Amino acid sequence: MKHTIQILGTGCPKCQNLTNVVKDVVVENQLDASIEKVEDIVDIMKFNVMITPALVVDGNVVIKGRVPSKEEVLALLQ
Amino acid sequence: MFDWLEHMAQWLVFDVFGMNPEDHLAQALEFFIYDSIKILLLLFIVVFLMGIVNSYFPIDRVKNYLSRKKLYGMEYVMASLFGVVTPFCSCSSVPLFIGFVRGGIPLGVTFAFLVTSPLVNEVAIGLFIGLFGVNTTILYVMSGVLLGTISGLILQKLKLEKYLTPWVKEVLANAERDQERFATEKQPFKQRLPIIWKEALKILKGVLPYVVIGIAIGGLMHGYIPEGFFEKYMDKDNLFAVPMATILAVPMYSNASGILPIVQVLVAKGIPLGTAIAFMMGVVGLSLPEAMLLKKVMTLKLIGIFFGVVMLCIIVSGYLFNIIL
Repeated sequence: MKHTIQILGTGCPKCQNLTNVVKDVVVENQLDASIEKVEDIVDIMKFNVMITPALVVDGNVVIKGRVPSKEEVLALLQ
Repeated sequence: MFDWLEHMAQWLVFDVFGMNPEDHLAQALEFFIYDSIKILLLLFIVVFLMGIVNSYFPIDRVKNYLSRKKLYGMEYVMASLFGVVTPFCSCSSVPLFIGFVRGGIPLGVTFAFLVTSPLVNEVAIGLFIGLFGVNTTILYVMSGVLLGTISGLILQKLKLEKYLTPWVKEVLANAERDQERFATEKQPFKQRLPIIWKEALKILKGVLPYVVIGIAIGGLMHGYIPEGFFEKYMDKDNLFAVPMATILAVPMYSNASGILPIVQVLVAKGIPLGTAIAFMMGVVGLSLPEAMLLKKVMTLKLIGIFFGVVMLCIIVSGYLFNIIL
C-alpha cells in the first residue's frame, strides 16, 4: 500500500532530523511512499499540531514534538 | 552526596594520570572532571523526571484543560506552571500560540505560558541545581513562574488583540472552547519509560558540548579573575546594573546550558545574584530569533509591547533578588 507521508515543521534542526530519519527508512526498506514537507505555519495549523516537528502518515498525526527512531518510523509505515 | 565522585576524579587525575596534587593544572583538571560529571548527572536526572511529568501532561492536554475549565484568575498561574513542565523549543512558539488562541484561551494566559516555558525548563533547572544548589533553584523557579503570571496579567489588561496579524484575528474570531475532556493515551508506564529515557539521553547529548565548554570557560575564568573583581563595577548599590544587564542580554541568544556555568563564575566573583539572574532571564527568555518567528502571528508593535513588559518584569525581579539576598 502506498503511503503519503507529511512532515510538519517550520525548518528547525529537529524538523530536518525527522526528515532525514523518514527518508532513510523509506529508502532502506524500499517502501512505496511519497514524502512532503509542510513548512507554512498556516498549513501546519490545519493539522491541529502545537509542537513541531510532527509526522503525518496518510492524514493522521502519529508523532508530535520529537524525533522518533528508525524502528519506530518503520513500524508506523507497515 | 557527591563524595564518591570527588574521590573518583581525584583518583583519575592524581593516580591514573600521575599528576602532582600540588600542581594548579592538576587541581583545575580534577575540578573540571568532577564538576562536569556532577552537573551532567543532575541534568540527566531532572530531564528524565520532567520527561515523565510531560508524558502525562502533553501540551494538548494542557491546552484542553486551560480551555475547558473556568479557573477564576488561577489560569495565569496554571499556564505558567504548565510552561515549566513543557519542554520549549522556540520553533514551536508559533504553533503553540495559535493552538491556544484557537482553543479560546485569553491572550494574557497564552503569554504567561510563553514567558515561563523557555525561562524555566528542564535543562535550566538541572543546571541550576548543579551550579547554585537547591535553594537558589527553588527561588529561581518560583520567580520564573511569578514572572510569567504577572507578565500575562499585565498583557491581558492591555487588550492587545487588535495587534495580532490578520490571519490570527480570523483564528481568534472562530475560536472555540474545548468541550470534551482530553483523553490521554492509555499507555502503561512500562511502555512510556523507554521513550522518555531515550528522549532524556537525546536532550543531554544535545546540550553536552555547551555545558562542557561552558564549565571549561567558567573554570578558566575562575582561575584568572580575582575574587571580588566585579564588585567594583556592579555592586548592589549600582542602580543601573540590573537594567543594563537585562538590556544587554535580550539580543544574546543561548540555551541555558551555555550561559549558566559562566553566570555561576560571575556570581562567585562578586556580581550580585539578582543582576546575574536578570541577565540570564534576558538571554534565555527573550531572544531576537524568537521575535522573528513571532512576526508571523503578531505585529511588530505587539512584539515590542510583549518584550517591553517582560523586560520590565525581569528588571523588577532582578532588583527584588538583590534586595532579598
